[in-house]
Amino acid sequence: MKYVDEYRDQELARTVAAAIAAEVDHGRSYHFMEFCGGHTHAIFRYGVQDLMPENVHFVHGPGCPVCVLPVSRLDDAVELAERHGVILCTYGDMMRVPDTKQRNLIRAKADGADVRMVYSTLDALRIARENPDRQVVFFAIGFETTTPPTAAALKAAEAEGLKNFSVFCNHVLTPPAISHILQSPEVRDLGIVKIDGFLGPSHVSSVIGSRPYEFFAEEFQKPIVIAGFEPLDVMQSVLMLIRQVNEGRHEVENEYIRVVTEEGNFKAQALVSEVFELRKSFAWRGLGIIPKSALRVRDAYADFDAEKRFELSVKASREAKSCECPSILRGVKKPTDCKLFATVCTPQNPIGSCMVSPEGACAAYWTYGRFREQQPSKLEPAE
Amino acid sequence: MCLAVPARVVELLDNDMAVIAFDTLRKRISLAFVEDVAIGDFVLVHVGYALHKVSVEEAERTLKMMAQAGVLQKELEAISA
Repeated sequence: MKYVDEYRDQELARTVAAAIAAEVDHGRSYHFMEFCGGHTHAIFRYGVQDLMPENVHFVHGPGCPVCVLPVSRLDDAVELAERHGVILCTYGDMMRVPDTKQRNLIRAKADGADVRMVYSTLDALRIARENPDRQVVFFAIGFETTTPPTAAALKAAEAEGLKNFSVFCNHVLTPPAISHILQSPEVRDLGIVKIDGFLGPSHVSSVIGSRPYEFFAEEFQKPIVIAGFEPLDVMQSVLMLIRQVNEGRHEVENEYIRVVTEEGNFKAQALVSEVFELRKSFAWRGLGIIPKSALRVRDAYADFDAEKRFELSVKASREAKSCECPSILRGVKKPTDCKLFATVCTPQNPIGSCMVSPEGACAAYWTYGRFREQQPSKLEPAE
Repeated sequence: MCLAVPARVVELLDNDMAVIAFDTLRKRISLAFVEDVAIGDFVLVHVGYALHKVSVEEAERTLKMMAQAGVLQKELEAISA
């Protein structure tokens, strides 16, 4: 209970914890996957696991865009900066991710490449305006929340007639990843962990709404509760999932009604579909190739597509040996099951993607959970 | 990158842009995805764009939570960079 003492609304937390304790069926176990790295952090930071009965388990999913980007795409970005000499703009999270040669964008910058960390696509546009003689590429990553700002930047570049701005698009979609975890053939090799329900992402859902998840709830008969980021949100959502499991229901419920609606943000959705279209398939780090799981720039905006503007050498991904990220991203293993965790692989020297981003499961374990969970996982295999 | 921070709109600019305030920090952001925003409204800001309008209560709740979780300062540093 040591983390709970730090929590501001202990009374309410205890009330929800008591409701969970009263309602769990002790004759069964509950495994809930949180998709979003924000939830992983809330669970660790506030010790939410400590408030759960022993038979309620959190399974950490692939909810970090930095973590699921294949190394080959990062190699391409480095190539854009080094071989093509562009000004490469990207979010800070990407700067420390190791590429195939165990270098990263910080190192590439130190070696002379023009790599710039930006907070927003608005900054990338400004850099393009200020450097009309240079090509500026925005290295775009992220789920549905970060995609509309990229679309807006493309539209703005077109409206202004910016000839030196393009986007290297790596935007990925949440629903196909959840679907893949539940049904891909690869899970037979890696094994699959039992999942009884999902904590749905919050800010992603604020853009796409809760409706896209209805298919999963129906098709895979798994309950999904869209959960806010606060620890109390997570706990309340767990209670809602437990109730669904106990009652044999599999519905999409929305705990985060103060931000998420059924329909989402229409303006953002409209802009995204105007500028982007589905890729037939996209490789995810740790998850392999997932059909219709990512976006590319539409032909109408081809002038602003870095993949069309620059010739990139196509390379196969090569991940670090012994790195367990593929299994960790699927929830099959815990970070503490990996031989590299906290030995070779640390936030200062990340080997795998899950340690690189603060939202990654390994980074969250490193910061909050490693001392409490030194034992190898005892996750139950699915039937 | 994944977080969104609530902030108060203090000035409306041309081209769907606005100035938001976090205490003493001022930042230009885009209002391209939200409608009917007035000065004084709170919006959820994600990588320089307002994703939604939020109530004062929700904004205060979220800011307090982010401060306690130790993530607010980091986000504000990213925003002010």
